[in-house]
Amino acid sequence: MNIIILAKLVPDLVEELTIDPSGVALDTAWLRLIINEFDDHAIEQGILLKERGGGHVTVVVPDVEGVDDVLFTAAAKGADRLIKITGDFAGGVNNHALARAFAAVVKELQPDLVLTGVQANNDVDGSVGPLLAGCLEMPYVGYISGITLNDGKSKARKEYPGGLIAEIEVALPAVMGIQAAEQPPRYVAVSKVRQMMKTSAIEERAAPGLDSSGGPAIDRMFQAEAGQRATMLTGNADEVATKLVGIFKELGVL
Amino acid sequence: MNQDIYVIVEHLRGQVAEISYLMLAGARELAKSSGGSVVAVLLGHNAQGLAGNLAADKVLSLEHPALAEFTSDAYQKALAGLIGKDQPRAVIFGSTSIGTDIASTLSVRLGLPLVSSCRTFSPDGKFVSQICGGKIMAEGVLPSPTALVTMVPGGYKPEQGQSAQSPAVTQADVPALESLRVTLAGYIDPEAGDVDIAKEPVLVSVGRGIQNQDNIVLAEELAAALGGVVSGSRPVIDQGWLATSRLVGKSGKHVKPKIYLALGISGAPEHAEAITDSDAIIAINTDPAAPIFNIAKYGAEMDIFELIEVLTAQVKAAKGG
Repeated sequence: MNIIILAKLVPDLVEELTIDPSGVALDTAWLRLIINEFDDHAIEQGILLKERGGGHVTVVVPDVEGVDDVLFTAAAKGADRLIKITGDFAGGVNNHALARAFAAVVKELQPDLVLTGVQANNDVDGSVGPLLAGCLEMPYVGYISGITLNDGKSKARKEYPGGLIAEIEVALPAVMGIQAAEQPPRYVAVSKVRQMMKTSAIEERAAPGLDSSGGPAIDRMFQAEAGQRATMLTGNADEVATKLVGIFKELGVL
Repeated sequence: MNQDIYVIVEHLRGQVAEISYLMLAGARELAKSSGGSVVAVLLGHNAQGLAGNLAADKVLSLEHPALAEFTSDAYQKALAGLIGKDQPRAVIFGSTSIGTDIASTLSVRLGLPLVSSCRTFSPDGKFVSQICGGKIMAEGVLPSPTALVTMVPGGYKPEQGQSAQSPAVTQADVPALESLRVTLAGYIDPEAGDVDIAKEPVLVSVGRGIQNQDNIVLAEELAAALGGVVSGSRPVIDQGWLATSRLVGKSGKHVKPKIYLALGISGAPEHAEAITDSDAIIAINTDPAAPIFNIAKYGAEMDIFELIEVLTAQVKAAKGG
């Protein structure tokens, strides 16, 4: 089973986000990028499938700051092959462009299964998985939280609201958007990642020009405005707790 | 080409999903700028009964046994034909397990632009999308001539997309749906949990800020003192710290307690959409920019571990008194 996992780096939402002077994009000067958490789950799911049924796992990531760490961490978790797509990704590209860049590499690798995160926090033009499936004319299913592979066939657990699960049979090769791996992404020690930096190789593939057609033009970006900003309770823990007890009484639960 | 706004109605096991009504409300706003009609597109098998209260000018019904329940391959094939032929001004999908499976693929397949996570439309044809966990909004003019859109909850109320009058239903052509590569094997209902969090009057809900499983007990003590139970956001459930039956959010339960006490929950859109019917949301978070403060009634910018035990003690004392 030849499994490819596509990952991208996204803004770390724990950090303060600011808009750049153009007013139409995030200010990248202070932006800290981290792996899209759903892609992290896709990596875990791919490695679980390999451990369970054998196979070969390739992780592909576009070249932005932090990409090597993401790839070597994937190797430390069990990925067999690491590929960095080079191109002008630093200023940010939309998902249509990214999916086309991924498609060129995926086509070359001839996978049985492509996994990627179901969404990312900076998506404005759809998500990478189904866009890639469109480019490669492969079937796509998303919101997946479990996969079974048997005799070249796949059965995926697709999540719906309220905890309902649909069992979906998908002909391979296929692209799946991972909501959550069957177990939390595994922890790897920094020493093991460092070891991978010495022993693993990162291959490079140049993106053949980035075509962003299909995404919308953004005229203005702004911080979310509060519809009804919360009444903020101030003071030390004791004082805030006292105010909260008063509110609980007022609301009739005490 | 026409100026109509098409809404792809979402339904699951015979129930219209709430997002469908929100999309119809958004479509009505958008139709003001296009001058077209609002058209509900209903794919299904013997599903015309679902059209009853849709606030649409008309319903296009695509009937086929392969469309009885949602699968991405059949829906995509059926819609590619319809959208390609009619070329409406916009086609709105839910930013959901159904809509996102097909909107992006159709964008590539039909060569049509796609705007995702759209929250509102303005009467002059602009969209506002939310990104970065609801912290940032992106505004632009809806691309021409035909735009595909996925829509998130938050901008409209379901009542705005409902009507007492049944719209007229017209049959639309369905292509041969053969050699499908995605098929539904069946549904698995959620396991009955120890408690139904949708019915609890008080929820003490924990997010990533709870840090590890050992700390869950702190929330449980507070919940017990308040006569409620503990629930959690997605990261907590994915870590296995709480059972899936305690998940609040897009793929978990929608809840409406008297008090929703959010401890260390940022309030990402997937979580926020499931708690807005609560009587009072109270949020404790160290990040002053956390979107949860935009929907909470009360908030405190503080470390939950400074507060939680003090609060439990005070609640117990208040009950004792």
